[in-house]
Amino acid sequence: MPASDPIIHLSRVNKWFGSFHVLKDIDLDVARGERIVIAGPSGSGKSTLIRCINRLEEHQEGTIVVDGVTLTDDVKAVEKIRREVGMVFQQFNLFPHLTVVENLMLAPQWVLGLSRAEAEERAAQQLKRVHIGEQALKYPGQLSGGQQQRVAIARAMCMRPRIILFDEPTSALDPEMVKEVLDVMIELAGGGMTMLVVTHEMEFAKAVADRVVFMDEGQIVEQAPPREFFTNARHERSRAFLSKILR
Amino acid sequence: MDPHAHVEPLPARTPPRSATGVSGWVRANFFGGPGNTAATILFGGLLAWALPPAFNWLAGNAVWHADYAACRALDHAGACWGFVTEKWRLILFGRYPYAEQWRPLAATAIVIAALVVTAIPAFWRRWLGWLWGAALAAFFALMSGGVLGLTRVDTGLWGGLPLTVLLTLVGMGASIPIGILLALARRSELPLLRSMATLYIELVRGVPLITVLFTASFVFPLLLPQGIRLDVLTRVALGIVLFQAAYMAEVVRGGLQALPKGQYEAAGALGLSWWRTQQKVILPQALTLVIPSFVNSLLSTFMDTSLVTVVSMYDLTGALRLALGDPQWRNFFFEGYVFVALIYFTCCFAMSRYSHWLDHRLSRWTRH
Repeated sequence: MPASDPIIHLSRVNKWFGSFHVLKDIDLDVARGERIVIAGPSGSGKSTLIRCINRLEEHQEGTIVVDGVTLTDDVKAVEKIRREVGMVFQQFNLFPHLTVVENLMLAPQWVLGLSRAEAEERAAQQLKRVHIGEQALKYPGQLSGGQQQRVAIARAMCMRPRIILFDEPTSALDPEMVKEVLDVMIELAGGGMTMLVVTHEMEFAKAVADRVVFMDEGQIVEQAPPREFFTNARHERSRAFLSKILR
Repeated sequence: MDPHAHVEPLPARTPPRSATGVSGWVRANFFGGPGNTAATILFGGLLAWALPPAFNWLAGNAVWHADYAACRALDHAGACWGFVTEKWRLILFGRYPYAEQWRPLAATAIVIAALVVTAIPAFWRRWLGWLWGAALAAFFALMSGGVLGLTRVDTGLWGGLPLTVLLTLVGMGASIPIGILLALARRSELPLLRSMATLYIELVRGVPLITVLFTASFVFPLLLPQGIRLDVLTRVALGIVLFQAAYMAEVVRGGLQALPKGQYEAAGALGLSWWRTQQKVILPQALTLVIPSFVNSLLSTFMDTSLVTVVSMYDLTGALRLALGDPQWRNFFFEGYVFVALIYFTCCFAMSRYSHWLDHRLSRWTRH
């Protein structure tokens, strides 16, 4: 479904790791407020794709335009985009030497130039939103995995991004903590945020996604609304993948 | 077992008596097995054999006042601290004019007081920079004079403990920031910067300090343009800084390499610039990780300053050698070295304990 005014636009994007062709001719438009789940077997290039959107990875061919800014080597353009694009990692990547609230205040203070008080207020707001307000003064290492990931989400949200990228946010969690993180993500989805989520949580996809993008071997094989994708996948490769993960 | 049996929750019990209390501790630490018991007996015996004579020599039979005849009569059965009593000012302050020696004493006291203040985390505020500016200004004003009616004393006459403290402080203080920049440059993505930093570090690490000091003292002045003169103290301090910076760079690099890539990615994804990322995320973690190596370098710089005697500067050990130049007391060099060793040990032990405490405090976040 081509959006008329996409917030993210990828056209014929190609990327190699050495001689390994990891992204092949990727075309993808994401509309404002759209929620996309990217699924596919491991090694299919899902993570690499979203990491190209905030340029943690560089693509070698093709065009990526995020919120009107074309991604190039220009450091200023990259930093501008990163202010607009939040990211949540599989391994949380919180800053272990800072308390929870300091983790949240760092970028608003030093990237957006907010005062300490403003940054603190924003941090408190977001911590409350992920139901973890009482942990503000602890260090990340003192929290459970689920709590850490919710802090990471709050940290990204403190920048008030227009887009948020999730890179397998529940894959490193103990099973009993997956739900608390997904619940927070579902609440976020209700707020109109543009979301790109790489995940194996198909129930989440069914509940939240506007569109499922299925990737295999560096290609986008199929994209469809979740109901259609799960019940009536068109491609053999999609059906093979679904038969493995839906039991 | 009956799968339907009801399982009562068990209350927690206290550990058995043998694991707690004084007797438990002694048994576990001194007699916890045949090897341990043998070691306890061996080292206990060794101490019983060595300690009484050592005590007799150090204190029991020692002569405390500067009485040469009494010292001779001892025939080394006890220590002749008279040598130290007689020469302590020469050992501590070197060739600094005798009547003015309150100045190096005050200067050293000021700098050590500043160090003590700096060591207390509650004082880690911006004004510490001003404090150090003032402390160093006072140090140099007192030492070199020429202001406030103090007579001028040439840097060539500085010596003893103030010189050792100054060279260590300048050596560490300036080499840490330079070392950090070198380490960052060595990990840079810019090939030219990276290879220049690597070249510098490898070059300096391939040269002994003594060569650097000779170069700084004798070769460097020849390279300076006409009309520019740097005194030998400045040149030697510069040599120590540039030498130490290469080692610091490698220490810092070790810390940088220990950090997972995710830290850079998370900071980058939040839009932090490269410098901010280093300043707020990477360096605080990396430097905390390398505190033990930092202290290692600090201690070795402290001792390495004694090498400046090769370019005719008299630090603590150099000043001791000056004192031993007196033929009357020449035989009591051992007492002199014990005295100096005691000063070195006190300083090093204090720094070592402090660093241990600091490491523990700063890496709170690594323990959960």
